[in-house]
Amino acid sequence: MIEVKNLSKSYGSKLAVDGISFTAGESEILGFLGPNGAGKSTTMNMLTGYLSSSGGQALINGVDILEDPVRAKKDIGYLPELPPLYLDMTVMEYLNFVYDLKKCKLPKRSHLDEICRLVKITDVQKRVIRNLSKGYKQRVGLAQALVGNPKVLILDEPTVGLDPKQIIEIRTLIKKLGKNHTVILSSHILSEVQAVCDKIVVIDKGKLVANDTAENLSHNLSADHKLTVQIEGPTKEVKALLEQIPQMVEVHLNRTIDKTIGEYELNAQEGCDIRREVFKRMAARNYPILLMRSSELTLEEIFLKLTTGDFYGNIDNGGAAR
Amino acid sequence: MTAILKREFASYFTSPLGYVYLAVFYGFSGLFLWITCLSSGSADMQYVFLWMFFIMMILIPILTMRTMADDKRQKTDQLTLTSPVSLFGLVAGKFLAAFFIFLIGAAVMFIYALGLAAAVNGSGTGTEFGWAGFFGNFVGIVLMGAVFISVGIFISSLTENQMIAAIGSIGVNILLCLFDVISNFVSVTFLKDIINALAVLYKYQEFTAGIFSLKNILFFLSLIVVFNFLTMRVIERRRWS
Repeated sequence: MIEVKNLSKSYGSKLAVDGISFTAGESEILGFLGPNGAGKSTTMNMLTGYLSSSGGQALINGVDILEDPVRAKKDIGYLPELPPLYLDMTVMEYLNFVYDLKKCKLPKRSHLDEICRLVKITDVQKRVIRNLSKGYKQRVGLAQALVGNPKVLILDEPTVGLDPKQIIEIRTLIKKLGKNHTVILSSHILSEVQAVCDKIVVIDKGKLVANDTAENLSHNLSADHKLTVQIEGPTKEVKALLEQIPQMVEVHLNRTIDKTIGEYELNAQEGCDIRREVFKRMAARNYPILLMRSSELTLEEIFLKLTTGDFYGNIDNGGAAR
Repeated sequence: MTAILKREFASYFTSPLGYVYLAVFYGFSGLFLWITCLSSGSADMQYVFLWMFFIMMILIPILTMRTMADDKRQKTDQLTLTSPVSLFGLVAGKFLAAFFIFLIGAAVMFIYALGLAAAVNGSGTGTEFGWAGFFGNFVGIVLMGAVFISVGIFISSLTENQMIAAIGSIGVNILLCLFDVISNFVSVTFLKDIINALAVLYKYQEFTAGIFSLKNILFFLSLIVVFNFLTMRVIERRRWS
């Protein structure tokens, strides 16, 4: 379980992480999203005790990483952006070293063999790490984080450099690990976060801009008063009918399909659900509704919206004004 | 600490570094033994030690140049610093690994001494091999080696570049030994006292003369502690910068 309270980090006068707070409960996978340079890796480095924070607190299973680092670190498995591999060692020598370094108590042979099996590096156990491909190096890095079966796993872009098949395997593995570990995972790949994570934290320019489940995020950000509908019937008449709905602000005809079907973008007053009204009016005139969906955003759109400042419309302007 | 020590020690032999160091150490000590003892029929090893002192000044920085710098460059410090190992354990492990390699090198002096002792005692001239002088020299060189190692690790922690680490430590080592000379040119008394107090060479020479003074042993031990402590501070400071 991880608790982050008001964590910040400044490099000189530059504020890299600006007072972010979130929690990740037991058996929860938390996705950490943000554009390049948003402060993801810095935050992860603070959580693992590699960097100290300039302010705030990070608790790992209730232990402050700055106050009792050795105890807190025992519960953490960390895969940094660049896997920390000793290139002159073989995979097995390396894992043995990590095992000793973390002062593990589990039965050595079987524990390491199991990890190798999980991340599928059994066939390269005896090879020198320098000679492995990027994908294998990444997996050895992941194996290193799993040694000692730590309760908290912090993974900085774990699927970088893997081929599509391996990506799916690693994602499945992370999902499986998430059942009895706390996992924090950072990624650029939004579909990955959506597929794997229970909760998503988005940071931008060091600030937390969202902290919610994937569904809630897309639900909250996409206005449910915006609908896309396809209705069969003469477009002019249908448009006029739709505009008669009292809460309607704007009706826009996107395109026509097969001359008889029109696709409309409906924009109602905020907070108003006009779906039933649309149905009733169209049913009365016998114009079938072929499709109706609220314009829910995909995670890509949410991400862009949050990080380009469209959502908090004034961020960019504010920055320019200063 | 033992995990770090074991890995570091092994790493000297998974790369050519450990072999090269030992080969150069054995090679030069053998050469100086031949020049100063065997060819002139002398059983006094003090010149072998003196020459090795200067060789170590340059050779040990090469042994220690990668200890911290490479960790930083390869980002493996993200593993060691996020694992449940104390900073002390980390630095001590690295120091001891290099020190053991150094001892393996220096141990060859015993073999030379045994050989010379056998020759002297068997010569029938009634003279004995000077073990007291030998031990004085040996303890001196071991302490000096440990100081050079801690200097080397400290300089290595300041940079990501091994070459800079090596050259920097050679510079510091030479400076440490030049304090004796520098103090001759300083006329301000209290400055002269300070420089003299830090001067390494004079205290080292007392060992070579067979004088075991507790004061000098403490001086060398504290130099070792100070440089290792500085290394710990540098690593700690980097986290806070």
